[in-house]
Amino acid sequence: MPWDRNQMAERAAQELQDGMYVNLGIGIPTLVANYVGDKDITLQSENGMLGMGPFPFEGQEDGDLINAGKQTITELPRTAYFDSATSFGMIRGGKIAAAILGAMEVAENGDLANWMIPGKLVKGMGGAMDLVAGVGRVIVVMDHTSKHGESKVLKACTLPLTGKGVVDRIITNLGVFDVVPGGLQIVECAEGVTEDELRAATEATIV
Amino acid sequence: MKKVYGSATEALDGLLFDGMFIAAGGFGLCGIPELLLAAIRDAGTKDLTFASNNAGVDDFGIGILLQTRQVKKMISSYVGENAEFMRQYLSGELELEFNPQGTLAERMRAGGCGIPGFYTKTGVGTVIAEGKEVKNFDGQDYILERGMVADLSIVKAWKADATGNLVFRKTARNFNPPAAMCGKVCVVEVEEIVPVGSLDPDTIHLPGIYVHRIVQGAHEKRIEQRTTRKKEQA
Repeated sequence: MPWDRNQMAERAAQELQDGMYVNLGIGIPTLVANYVGDKDITLQSENGMLGMGPFPFEGQEDGDLINAGKQTITELPRTAYFDSATSFGMIRGGKIAAAILGAMEVAENGDLANWMIPGKLVKGMGGAMDLVAGVGRVIVVMDHTSKHGESKVLKACTLPLTGKGVVDRIITNLGVFDVVPGGLQIVECAEGVTEDELRAATEATIV
Repeated sequence: MKKVYGSATEALDGLLFDGMFIAAGGFGLCGIPELLLAAIRDAGTKDLTFASNNAGVDDFGIGILLQTRQVKKMISSYVGENAEFMRQYLSGELELEFNPQGTLAERMRAGGCGIPGFYTKTGVGTVIAEGKEVKNFDGQDYILERGMVADLSIVKAWKADATGNLVFRKTARNFNPPAAMCGKVCVVEVEEIVPVGSLDPDTIHLPGIYVHRIVQGAHEKRIEQRTTRKKEQA
């Protein structure tokens, strides 16, 4: 059985260590916050906040307090606010230990594409290009294949890149890979997925 | 020097002209200068170029200026959530320059600080790097990005005193300070103008030197993604 969204998020949470400052992207990465347990993790929201709290209770939403996905959130005792230039200063300056991001495509050389589909989807990169260029470690969480069953873990990305050679680890519904010289190395298979099945579902070179 | 004006329209008087370049604060609909945007719509100024992280939604934020076709070009990092924007862009009516979010913020900050350009790793090896100088520092490639100076900055703060010292609230600060810094003229709308001397000088987020005109007004503060949790999950 491949992992579902929550299991992928739970697996990604294992990447986080006590004391880390972390940025979580939109989608499955947002769910990672549910699985950090007792670890002392400070979440950054790139619109200008460190120490992001959970969603507010109904009736306590504040239009001045949102995350990078524009969702209403809350603050914590440790929270600090700052402007966008300072926020990306800490991202570009390597102060954020890790970013966990979604992807449309990822390649065996660590290339990442997650911001546009030419002619179809033109939304923009937001802070993703800055994050992948600046943070200590880039962890991608994504479905292994498209709706049509084609591998999204590729030899080379076909979509416009978000960053070149930026990905360190890939967590899909089928397993976990590291980007290493020459291709991808299997770190683990999802429960019930064999290494043969993982290889068969992957276009990228597995070393 | 008088900085406080009676309305957004008065605060913009004499500053608007067709084809001008405006830097606007805000992230999504959070901390946007909603009163000044409405006044620009009412003034009918055309062929505007906006540097703003987002383009609002169809009927709020910069979206209201897209409806009236007053915008020629957007410089933004993310323009989802706006169907009219997408329609105008795909039909070629609207120009769009994507800037990575941090690059956009730093272009504003740098422009306001007298820094005409800076090197960044962001975008190296992507379409963002096309046509830009690449320089290697200590074994790593960086691209040259330009500081940005706007004809006008429009920003939203929480409180101001009459000298223009500003305090922002929570994540509504976002792009407002860098946007304020990069304008030749900066107009600020606030929820409250407080007496000079009542703001603790140690807690001022942006000093009044960057602020030329101030207007106070009521803000809708529309929420784009109202997300809550249930009590029993607490």
